[in-house]
Amino acid sequence: MVEAVQNPDLTADQQLADVLRDRLASEYGDGTEIEGLVRLSGGASRETWSFDALKPDGGRQPLILKRDPMDRQVDKTFEGVPEGRLAVDRLTEGRLIQLAGAAGTPAPTVPFFLSADEHTTPGFFTHRLEGEALGRRILREDAYANARPKLAFQIGHAAACFHGLDLDTLPEMRGLPAAEELLHYRTIMDSFQQPHAGFEYGFRWLRERLEAAGNRYTLNHGDFRNGNILVDENGLAGVLDWESAHLGNPSADLGWMCVRSWRYGYHDKVVGGFGDVTELLDGYEAGGGGRISPDEIHFWQVFGTLRWGILCMILGFTHLDGEQRSVEYAAIGRRAAETEHDLMLLLD
Amino acid sequence: MTADTTKNKAEIQTEILAAVMHDRVAQVYGPGTGIEGLVRLSGGASRETWSFDALLPDGERKPLILKRDPLDEQTDTQLIEGEVQLGVDRWTEGRLMQLAGEVGVPVPEVPFFLDADERTSAGFVMQRLEGEALGRRILREDAYAKARPKLAFQCGEAAARFHNIPTDRLPALPRLPVAEALDYNRNVVDSFHQPHAGFEYAFHWLRERLELAGDRVGLVHGDYRNGNLLVDGDGLAGVLDWELGHLGNPLNDLGWICIRAWRYGYYDKPVGGFGEVDDLLDGYEAGGGGRVSREALHFWEVFGCMRWGVICMTLAFTHISGKERSVEKVSIGRRAVEGEYDLLQLVD
Amino acid sequence: MPTDRPNAAELVEAVREFLSDHIAPNVEGQLAFHTRVAINALAIVERTIAQGGAMDAAELDRLKDLLDRDGNLEDLNEELSRAIRAGEMDDRKEALLAHLRQTSEDKIALANPRYLTKRG
Repeated sequence: MVEAVQNPDLTADQQLADVLRDRLASEYGDGTEIEGLVRLSGGASRETWSFDALKPDGGRQPLILKRDPMDRQVDKTFEGVPEGRLAVDRLTEGRLIQLAGAAGTPAPTVPFFLSADEHTTPGFFTHRLEGEALGRRILREDAYANARPKLAFQIGHAAACFHGLDLDTLPEMRGLPAAEELLHYRTIMDSFQQPHAGFEYGFRWLRERLEAAGNRYTLNHGDFRNGNILVDENGLAGVLDWESAHLGNPSADLGWMCVRSWRYGYHDKVVGGFGDVTELLDGYEAGGGGRISPDEIHFWQVFGTLRWGILCMILGFTHLDGEQRSVEYAAIGRRAAETEHDLMLLLD
Repeated sequence: MTADTTKNKAEIQTEILAAVMHDRVAQVYGPGTGIEGLVRLSGGASRETWSFDALLPDGERKPLILKRDPLDEQTDTQLIEGEVQLGVDRWTEGRLMQLAGEVGVPVPEVPFFLDADERTSAGFVMQRLEGEALGRRILREDAYAKARPKLAFQCGEAAARFHNIPTDRLPALPRLPVAEALDYNRNVVDSFHQPHAGFEYAFHWLRERLELAGDRVGLVHGDYRNGNLLVDGDGLAGVLDWELGHLGNPLNDLGWICIRAWRYGYYDKPVGGFGEVDDLLDGYEAGGGGRVSREALHFWEVFGCMRWGVICMTLAFTHISGKERSVEKVSIGRRAVEGEYDLLQLVD
Repeated sequence: MPTDRPNAAELVEAVREFLSDHIAPNVEGQLAFHTRVAINALAIVERTIAQGGAMDAAELDRLKDLLDRDGNLEDLNEELSRAIRAGEMDDRKEALLAHLRQTSEDKIALANPRYLTKRG
């Protein structure tokens, strides 16, 4: 396999610009230029770039490129499971966005892909949509005042659309039924060798109620929350960030959407800080996902809360183990206490 | 205030001062004298020091330093409350240097003064001598290898000379007898409402041995230490920073120069990190100060350690009280224990 | 204190590393100096978290012996300071000095351990 390397004589921007001109020429024709290439802030585990393609016919197409990082890093693994987040490759991620869009989920168009070679890591392109993805702004800014009351319903509807995709049409993905996923996080937590009575209680509570998880098995977005949705003044404009997608119980996505950490202080609005569970479930039913029982959504809300706590600990220990020293990770580590607290409020 | 307006303000202040100095050097050195290279030196916020050259009509160049009060009205947070009473004005400070120079103490010449008017605060101008004033460099750099063994003797000799200036020749100075100085420091510690058994022991110890302090009264430099000495390849080139000059027991200066805080790690050299006590006392005797007993010096060393500790605490409480928040000041507070530790090693 | 990790000492360590690895190399002048001061201050906090508890316990034991009474650190230190000032400790000077020296040595071990060892 050819490995992409950064040419030391070029800046990262210059080398990528060359790659993009080549790639876009084959899509839009020779002479396609790029303009305003800029790396967006965001995770170190992926590179996201924004730019405009200037086509030979004078047309302008705003695009986003998401690709694997050029400085190769190994995903943190636990017992062979990457990052505890089941990350998919860029090809799969782009393909899932295409499939979700075709199934009626608002999602950006994925016009083409970027193959790995000696100049670049693999990635995919999306049309750049207008809208806001920052959770806090979606909840605060006047521009979205009309959108907010619609969001919970729209999100339920959107989820039902991609959850309804036929398994046969999906690219190959890792699958984890509820019991295995529970065991997965249990194993991660044990590896830290740090007793957490609150999480212990959560694990026990979930194991005893496994039947409430339901028995459906579908595409899961895997990180379906306020922060990974694009919103404009009319409501939901796109579901973003599909890299944690996997096969599992679809209600996991709905429960995750209800975890308190994505409410940014608007705690009375259980769904992402903007809506109510009933609206979410109504939308889900309207989208063809059927009626989810309150017990099942509660199970997955508890599960999601526990999962977020473990993810906080993973980041904390990424720092503590010296794998990547970071004051941000260290600080996030202590947010596990927030989820432990949330868990105690959710449990009986 | 934005950075730009700050810069403009500094530039304007420099221009005004250049005009002031231009007028003043013409008065002192004759019409046609100019100035060159006026630049503010880094240093305390409580005083301004400026470097410049006077260019005489006959081509002679005089390298000079101006020390003046700060233009922005401010309280003396640099010096400690109460000890501020020890701070003399710029005229007195310059005058003390002239008097010290007349009796053979190495000091920069003070050719003229600056009166306060609508354009400038009060100050004095002194000769800019070659040499090193940073204590750490004096102790470390090869350039001063030959100077170091001479310094303790030279410091003793210089001190004897200015201690012997007849008090009726001195300008009006604050007077601080040892008993009052002791009370003053105790009151400062009491004001922090933080019991300090170690300092309490020192107060008790010093109070019981007051007769060891001696009963001489003379000009005390007030901050006679490695850090306020200008040193060149041949040894002591100048005694600087006379702003804490006062009338009191002259041995105070000898104890102060021996405390560990000015040894910068060279702990086996009690005098400023460069010399031995015997050399200091020999020099003092040679300079006409008489033979100082080890007991009396010991008293003043303990006093010095106590005083240094109290100054550290005072700076910390400047921060803690909110008068001036500063990570530097609050950190110096923890150095109080160095004074406490040292004095406890010295007492019986 | 909770046992959650990163614990307080580990958090302070992370902030200290952040300052020394990411801030200090990128600042100059006063800011660089104050960054170093801040790094040192955090190191004091780290040493205090690690060693302070044992030091406090030992100091309290010594104070109880010396004053022959019970109490907490604050009260007993206040009492000791008062007693020294009143001259009431003069008959126990050796024990008193031994205590004061140990206490100041402990404090230096937290505030500036190099002070106890550094030569040149």
